Amino acid sequence: MSGQISRVVVSPKKPWLREATRVRITRVSLYLALILAVVVITFPVLWMLSVSFKPTTDTFSLPPQLIPENFQLDGYIKVLQNETFRTFIINSYLIGLAVTFLSLIIGTLAAFAFSRYRFFGDQAAKLFVIATQMVPTITLLIPFFGVIVWLRLYDTHLGLIVTYLTFGLPYAIIMMNAYLNTIPKDFDEAAIIDGCSPFRVLFSVLLPMATPGLISTAVYTFLLSWNEFLFALALTRSTEMRTVPVGISMLVGEFGLKWDEMMAFSVIGSVPVLLLFMFVQRYVVSGLSAGGVKG
Amino acid sequence: MILKLLRQATPYWFLLPGLFILGTLLSVPLYKVIEYSLYDNVIIEPDPTFVGLQNYADMLGDSGYWSALFNTAVFTIGSVVGHLLVGTILAMLVNADIHPKARTVFRSLLILPWIFTAVVVALNWQLLLNPFGVVNYALQSIGLVSEPLDWLGDPDLAMWSLLIISTWRGYPFIMVSFLSGLQSIPSELYEAADIDGANFFHKFWHVTVPQLKPVIYGVALLDLIWTFQLFPLVWLTTGGGPGRSTEVLSTLTYRLAFVDFEFSRASTAAVTILGISAIFTMLYLINESRNRT
Repeated sequence: MSGQISRVVVSPKKPWLREATRVRITRVSLYLALILAVVVITFPVLWMLSVSFKPTTDTFSLPPQLIPENFQLDGYIKVLQNETFRTFIINSYLIGLAVTFLSLIIGTLAAFAFSRYRFFGDQAAKLFVIATQMVPTITLLIPFFGVIVWLRLYDTHLGLIVTYLTFGLPYAIIMMNAYLNTIPKDFDEAAIIDGCSPFRVLFSVLLPMATPGLISTAVYTFLLSWNEFLFALALTRSTEMRTVPVGISMLVGEFGLKWDEMMAFSVIGSVPVLLLFMFVQRYVVSGLSAGGVKG
Repeated sequence: MILKLLRQATPYWFLLPGLFILGTLLSVPLYKVIEYSLYDNVIIEPDPTFVGLQNYADMLGDSGYWSALFNTAVFTIGSVVGHLLVGTILAMLVNADIHPKARTVFRSLLILPWIFTAVVVALNWQLLLNPFGVVNYALQSIGLVSEPLDWLGDPDLAMWSLLIISTWRGYPFIMVSFLSGLQSIPSELYEAADIDGANFFHKFWHVTVPQLKPVIYGVALLDLIWTFQLFPLVWLTTGGGPGRSTEVLSTLTYRLAFVDFEFSRASTAAVTILGISAIFTMLYLINESRNRT
């Protein structure tokens, strides 16, 4: 692939070509390289869609059919009619929304302190928050299990909400801090002169201006919670408490060969994430680069 | 006087809920896991015996631990190199002189691998890399291989397959980070290089790389820290197998804890993951504070 690209980007000076022609050739080859990259990169996703729409018997048919010959919706119908799958999806939404809501509130409060105040220990606290992003989750898993059991939160929604809140908060704080820093302090000062309390300054003055930051933080924490697998697996036991990723992985064990259902459920499980991402991509990308956020 | 103290306390009130949650729910477990590693038969026995550093001594004598450590190094370095390579190339392509609308579309399509949950990524690639799957079909039809390869089931190939999957999954973070870095390089620098007759590679080495340097180091370290402890992707694609050919420290820890129920040994392995991460985190924080001042 690198050979392709270097040929594309290097535009050797060809004196017999007019400047305009050269620019055009470079541009066309740039587009070709990008289209090739997109085809290669998105192929696994296209293939997932393709498999979800054909009978399992056609999954490995040769030659491979990207457009299914025997198009069918059986996988989707079976998944959507199954009450257990609906439970997984509802659980994921419930937990995701709760985590997003709590992370935004608690994270914004902390970000406000970091962004607007200089106080004893502020640098240390900031470093602590950054460092918490780096704690290996697998190291936390064993003792976390004990803590969650001790708090009587094992196999509950609340247990997962609390867990994901701990993972999401550092990002929420860092991203909101970065965003609040971009808002000039003149706004606060004007509000304080008018007699606003710090709370009012934050909620009535700053937050309405920080909407893009709030959106990117919200999407990020929701994604984090929606996609998490390890703790969802270890901290729940009953089928009623499972989330979408664990649900999909359970399918693998149960019906190892029903690729259409597995892929249909994968697609259904990815749709919220895809939609969220497509609509607010702009904000997420800017928030990502502001926060230096987990891949 | 009291009023002044109250006012000085304001930022602490705002910080309190967040720092309380992070402080208790992260610090207590970290303390606990270190304590577990110094005892024998924790969690299973109500009254575990203190054994000091015996678990660590046992672990250092265990060849399984060393091979997991080696695999972790291969997986981490291979993945980070893959992410940097693909991420840089695609960031430069997307940043090239194309229509802004097209740029947005390409960027969103190329970020796609990053947003799927690890389970879906694992399933997708198991399907593609199946002996009867599309990848083998494609390689056979262009004549690169004569027999279908068992990408995930062959101990000699499994790590390579894992690296391909991990590269696909992880490059978007690098791409997005570099993209914003590239956009902040002043175009005058390239124009000056053009006047000096620099070719593409000269410009890349002498303008792009030095300008991106602060971003590259920090982003590569972050990627390293996260890849080093990665669990779901490895567990769900190969499960550490076949045999132990792709067993990394995280899957070893999980296996010891939740398959073998050897929580003391698992905690010991987990503490070493923490220790190595802490070193890289330190490097990252030093770099961050240097960039800030």
